[in-house]
Amino acid sequence: MAKTKDVKSSVYVSMRGITKAFPNVLANDRIDLDIHASEIHALLGENGAGKSTLMKILYGFYRADAGEILLRDKSISINSPQDAREHHIGMVFQNFTQIPAFNVLENIALFLPDLQPVYKQSDVEERINEVSIRYGLHVDPYAIVSQLSIGEQQKIEILKLLLSDAKILILDEPTRVLAPHEVDALYEVLDILREDGYAIILITHKLNEVLACSDRITVLRGGEVAGTLLRSETSEEKLVEMMFSKKLVDVQKTEQGVQKISDTPILQLAGIETQGEGNSTSLKNLNLEIHSGEILGVAGVSGNGQKELGDVILGMEKSLAGEKLFFGKDMTNRPIGDIRRNGVGFIPENPLLMASIPYMTVLENMALTNTWRYSQQGGLQVDWEAVRADYQATQEDLGFPFSLYTLPRSLSGGNLQRMVIVREMTHDPQLLIASYLTRGLDVQSTLAARQALLKACENGAGVLLISEDLEELFALSDRLIILFNGEIAGEFIPSETTIYEVGHLMTGSEVKYVAER
Amino acid sequence: MTLLSILGMISSAIFSGTSLLYTTLGETIHQRSGIVNLGLEGVMLISASSGFAVTAITGNPYLGVFIAMMAGGIMNMILGFLVVTRRANQLASGLALMFFGFGLSAIIGKPYVGTRINALPRLNLPGLSSLPRLYSSLFKFDFLIILVIPAAFFVWWLLFRTRWGLGLRAVGESADTAFASGRSPFLIRYQALFLGGMLTGLGAAHLSIAYTINWTEYMTGGRGFIAVALVIFSKWHPLRAILGALLFSGAVAFQLLLQSSGVQISPFLLDTIPYILTLLVLIVWGGARRHAAPASLGRIYQGVE
Repeated sequence: MAKTKDVKSSVYVSMRGITKAFPNVLANDRIDLDIHASEIHALLGENGAGKSTLMKILYGFYRADAGEILLRDKSISINSPQDAREHHIGMVFQNFTQIPAFNVLENIALFLPDLQPVYKQSDVEERINEVSIRYGLHVDPYAIVSQLSIGEQQKIEILKLLLSDAKILILDEPTRVLAPHEVDALYEVLDILREDGYAIILITHKLNEVLACSDRITVLRGGEVAGTLLRSETSEEKLVEMMFSKKLVDVQKTEQGVQKISDTPILQLAGIETQGEGNSTSLKNLNLEIHSGEILGVAGVSGNGQKELGDVILGMEKSLAGEKLFFGKDMTNRPIGDIRRNGVGFIPENPLLMASIPYMTVLENMALTNTWRYSQQGGLQVDWEAVRADYQATQEDLGFPFSLYTLPRSLSGGNLQRMVIVREMTHDPQLLIASYLTRGLDVQSTLAARQALLKACENGAGVLLISEDLEELFALSDRLIILFNGEIAGEFIPSETTIYEVGHLMTGSEVKYVAER
Repeated sequence: MTLLSILGMISSAIFSGTSLLYTTLGETIHQRSGIVNLGLEGVMLISASSGFAVTAITGNPYLGVFIAMMAGGIMNMILGFLVVTRRANQLASGLALMFFGFGLSAIIGKPYVGTRINALPRLNLPGLSSLPRLYSSLFKFDFLIILVIPAAFFVWWLLFRTRWGLGLRAVGESADTAFASGRSPFLIRYQALFLGGMLTGLGAAHLSIAYTINWTEYMTGGRGFIAVALVIFSKWHPLRAILGALLFSGAVAFQLLLQSSGVQISPFLLDTIPYILTLLVLIVWGGARRHAAPASLGRIYQGVE
């Protein structure tokens, strides 16, 4: 990369003294930030450190209470995303700004700055294909977005940015939703873009990501800048120290053996088959058992039947064949309410869409999955005091502080995930289905969530842990299954296999992994 | 039932379906931008009465049509101020607009009840002149009828082939996303309301200046509400709206035909046929998931914090 020679001299955009207060919280406190052309600048910080807010100000989604933005040393005012886009600033949000009912082409056309008043679909299609081929971001322009996986939706989001002529690209946790091999592909795209002179801002809380691809790193903590460093000057320990004031403890899974295997399994799936509609996967002849006190890890690249597996256990998806037994009792295709009453907790992959109602308070959301527990006088009244007491106790247990009286739509992605975890962990679940448990959580909350999972196990719950984070799966699971294309491609005890073997089965590749070099 | 009576039925279906289709097209545009306009009935009455009044005063039906269009657009601006700028509830605002329209149109139209006006001229269709006069007179259409199906195609083209239509549909699906793409949901909703109001005005103008050539209070007889139902029936698609409007007005005409040919069924029961048909269609189509309503329909856009 010979392009680094003029990096120092060319400040592309600067933010000076940016301050933004929300009710109850000072999200940004006099933040200064310089972004150069031809660099990948990581904005690092834990959830609620103010990264997203700062970038939404740069993109015109919020207005700063104080401070100014300079573009090539000239003060500019950005009052709307339109202003930002005119200054060639583009952003990929954490919650994608896509319209599910539109097809890919329409979603991209919506964000094209030079779209003709009367546009030809074939022209737009050509432009999409041009860029998608160049960067390996293949999508069907005529697919309806609501039927695409999150990974594919992200591709659209990046395509949108590239096609809309943005020169400053803000990516809000872009790898949160990607499978490992897609992450590498993204880094490659970012590398090429950097060489083409783009300025890339990466909002993230993943240290390995920061160290893998960024040139400079700005760490935010509690709405303030904790420091800006060159990658070459830093190390993982140093960054962690800047991000958090307190020291972290890692989770250790207590060795408890597999003595409980002998009792009736909490959940048994025998020969379950489903028919996936549209782009969803069909499960084929699925057999698994989850016992009390064990964690069954489910590995796989997203879109290989993980969502359907969770749905079929919960009863959201109908199984066409096979049996689903809870404690030996046949519960195949019973309504979700019955399954829930049997003590099943569910943490879905997309909490904003699938586990919360954005316009009801957090407290009301908490009561939602348990209304029978709190209803009084035959459902004419709800015991809100009890709801509050229950969930506050769990919150304190887990160390997840957030107000019960705000609306979920105003919570950040991480806090939303915390909300769902708190809800599902209360009332000692018998079986916990956790999809991407720690996605979107910062390091500390990740540890707390994992600890909570282990605690639930110690209390006798069985856990189905669906994840793409292999390290997490290896650290936590007692047994591990790999889903590929709706089938179980392998089953292991983590200590008896390697990440490479599992990774292989995840990609469905037939070639044996050769050597680790 | 003679051939003449059947042809008469078809002709009457076309005449009464025209105002319905214009109005349905207007409401399709409103709803695609995320606004349910329940005030259509009132908007139609204002347009019909003011268009009729202007035609009566000036003797120029084209000016009447133009005024009816403008009246529709302006009435909708009242709704726009309420639901876009003041962020009021759409259903309540729409109903208030409707009752306002009832009252105001009665005042506007009062001096002209029973007045004879120059109706919109009906044109001879080429090729039909060889038919007996009795038959060809059934198919002499005014320009609003001739333009109504092209209008449906125009609305389709506008919504699905232009940048403006893309933005409008985006606002109806997710105003936040449309905003993020650099559009103003407020402005787009005002534009949608104005354009939709003009189409509604055209429908009303056809009713009073071309079809019945008359003004009476509440002459729209629920057409505004039927249009709302037809938007749902047509699944927010302007081309399916053609079918919906024809089906509905066809049912009305069929029921008239049954009555005139002396079928021994209570006329009150016959009157309900079109609505029973509407109910049936809504029951059958209502549950289908594809082409569902715009996701932000009825939702107030709050703007940026």
